[in-house]
Amino acid sequence: MAKRRSTADFVLERDDYKCIRCLACVRVCSYGANFYDERENMVFTENRKCVGCHFCEAICPTEAIVVQHNPLAIRWNAHWTSEVVTDIMKQAETGGVLLTSMGNDKPYFTYFDRMVLNASQVTNPSIDPLREPMEIRTFIGKKPLSLELEESEGSVALKTQIAPQLKLEVPIMFSAMSYGSISLNASKSLAKAAQTVGTYFNTGEGGLHKDLKEFGENMIVQCASGRFGVNVDYLNAGAAVEIKIGQGAKPGIGGHLPGEKVTEPISETRMIPVGTDAISPAPHHDIYSIEDLRQLIYAIKEATRYKKPVGVKIAAVHNVAPIASGIVRAGADFVVIDGIRGGTGATPKVTRDNVGIPIELAIAVVDKRLRDEGIRHLASIIVAGGIRKSSDVIKAIALGADAVYIGTAALVALGCHLCQKCYMGKCNWGIATQDPKLVRRLNPEIGARRAANLLRAWALEIKEILGGMGINAIESLRGNRDVLRGVGLQEHELEILGIKPAGEAW
Amino acid sequence: MVRVNASGLHYRELNAIVRELLDNGEKEIELHDVCGQRYIGAGLSVKDAVIRIYGTPGNDLGAFMNGGKIEVFANSQDGIGNTANDGIIVVHGDSGDIIGHSMRGGRIYVRGNAGYRVGIHMKSYGDSVPVLVIGGFVRDFLGEYMAGGLLIVLGLEKDEEGNVVGNFVGTGMHGGTLYIRGEVEDYQLGKEVKAEEASPEDLVKIRPYIDEFCSFFGAEPDEILSERFLKLEPYTHRPYGKLYAY
Repeated sequence: MAKRRSTADFVLERDDYKCIRCLACVRVCSYGANFYDERENMVFTENRKCVGCHFCEAICPTEAIVVQHNPLAIRWNAHWTSEVVTDIMKQAETGGVLLTSMGNDKPYFTYFDRMVLNASQVTNPSIDPLREPMEIRTFIGKKPLSLELEESEGSVALKTQIAPQLKLEVPIMFSAMSYGSISLNASKSLAKAAQTVGTYFNTGEGGLHKDLKEFGENMIVQCASGRFGVNVDYLNAGAAVEIKIGQGAKPGIGGHLPGEKVTEPISETRMIPVGTDAISPAPHHDIYSIEDLRQLIYAIKEATRYKKPVGVKIAAVHNVAPIASGIVRAGADFVVIDGIRGGTGATPKVTRDNVGIPIELAIAVVDKRLRDEGIRHLASIIVAGGIRKSSDVIKAIALGADAVYIGTAALVALGCHLCQKCYMGKCNWGIATQDPKLVRRLNPEIGARRAANLLRAWALEIKEILGGMGINAIESLRGNRDVLRGVGLQEHELEILGIKPAGEAW
Repeated sequence: MVRVNASGLHYRELNAIVRELLDNGEKEIELHDVCGQRYIGAGLSVKDAVIRIYGTPGNDLGAFMNGGKIEVFANSQDGIGNTANDGIIVVHGDSGDIIGHSMRGGRIYVRGNAGYRVGIHMKSYGDSVPVLVIGGFVRDFLGEYMAGGLLIVLGLEKDEEGNVVGNFVGTGMHGGTLYIRGEVEDYQLGKEVKAEEASPEDLVKIRPYIDEFCSFFGAEPDEILSERFLKLEPYTHRPYGKLYAY
């Protein structure tokens, strides 16, 4: 059999009239796709090596480069798509599990795009957020059912002891991305942005790099099944602790950082020897039940002296509502639910593309379940998995979330073009790589400004929409499904989402 | 030395008392009438502190421990030394399941037997090498996912069928060393481990821990070491190196 030549996914077109032979594109490509032929004095591209990250296109001083999809990669077929054929060939050659990165890219229904928001007209005046106070500050943690006040000598003080809370100036946080899956400059960018805006970033399960310690007040530390980098100092280093059970990009499976990626600095934060595989078992082996989960939650609370909220992150799966109920009853201060579109640095493609449920449905069923059981106040709900824009945030909160986590959107703000090759560790944008030459390309000061800008822009838009609905506090939006209407959804889907079809009045 | 009567106290009250004593510089604490209170010594970081426990402490004793010593003069329950980083736990009795789970440093000595999933995912880093010594027998899944450290089963007592360990020993193991005194059949081992008889050099390596075990529980080191030890190590540190298509 003839040795297969993989088909190029992308075609790089270089306008020879514009090209000045500066060779910047040759020097920057970490995949080695561009090369210079001295004899011909021409720059060429080996299209099969191009991953479509658009970095050379972005830095070309004369805009001579255009990267586009290869329209004729493989003969068009609705069932045997070019992706399917390429995957089969890859597996026939290697006999291995297909890896991929970032979130699910399959055309599953996005419910956010089938829900529309309300606005005030005549009967309840809208509010102008530029001139009137608009409250979007959000607190994450257990809330009491009622408040007891103490009156003495004319002043009133709060008697009820409030459980520890996280204070978010915008209801958006940066989701868990470990140092290792992303570069230190990417982590620093998000940490600094979180500090500037008044929200939180999450260390992920890779331990804590010493350069990030100073951002402790804006940091959530994660404790996952591998317990890499977890000790009592780590648990106390942040503002909250998150127990990671699962994530949307790979529900039900563990993680596996191959030894070649465990370099000296990575080994330091994960606290494992250089070059060994870092295996995160699929379950936590001390958690086989809700009772066991409660045990870990309280072990962490004891080790952090009940000063920090302790949350639990799960992937949105079919049974998400009862599981979330169990998590709240186990004593979690917040529950994180990550939908089927959640991103990752590396995951088996078969899992990413097929396991889990859309986050919109998960929010609706979890919020309803906790309300029905009268325990909604005991924990905040943070949702993640494909939140792309401010309207997604608004719709998620209207369905019942307290706040959202963004991962992919935050990385896009730092330059990510979603080429889905994070697992290769060669990210040209300096985000998903540990190569010092590539990491240098991401300036953490600029990264922080861009990520903070994104949050500022979304906050302005959220206020604008709230004002338009005549609402002046995000508290009044939470779980307020009356502001949502479905377009083109089936009756049962509307029922699950707990919303009316567009056209139906209050 | 401060003596605390734990009778009738909820774990939260008891642990708050212990923490306050430690914060105030107390180095020796005796807890009496302990009955199932969980998380005693969780996150303990005072290097020279000693907590002596009379009665049976509850689950997760010494979880996230980072120094000091906890001595239990009775049986202990599940999860002792969970994700510990440093410190010593000594149990003058039996212990439950998942002891030493994910521990990265420190030492645990159990005089009697232990339950299932003992020493799962122990790992070592730099100078920290966790050591877990069980005097009697253990049940299934010993040293599963083990990534580092030293796990020693002395088999001074045997289970109902005369075994010193259960099945699936060292499944998924990719680091560290497991020593078992007594006979182990091939079917009891996970497919990732290779077994061989411990050499005299190996026994020299584990001798300090056997000595320490005997210093706590009064056995004779030479007598223990005179019997055959089996040494289990992983075939590879990269058991899952060839799983993926790039």
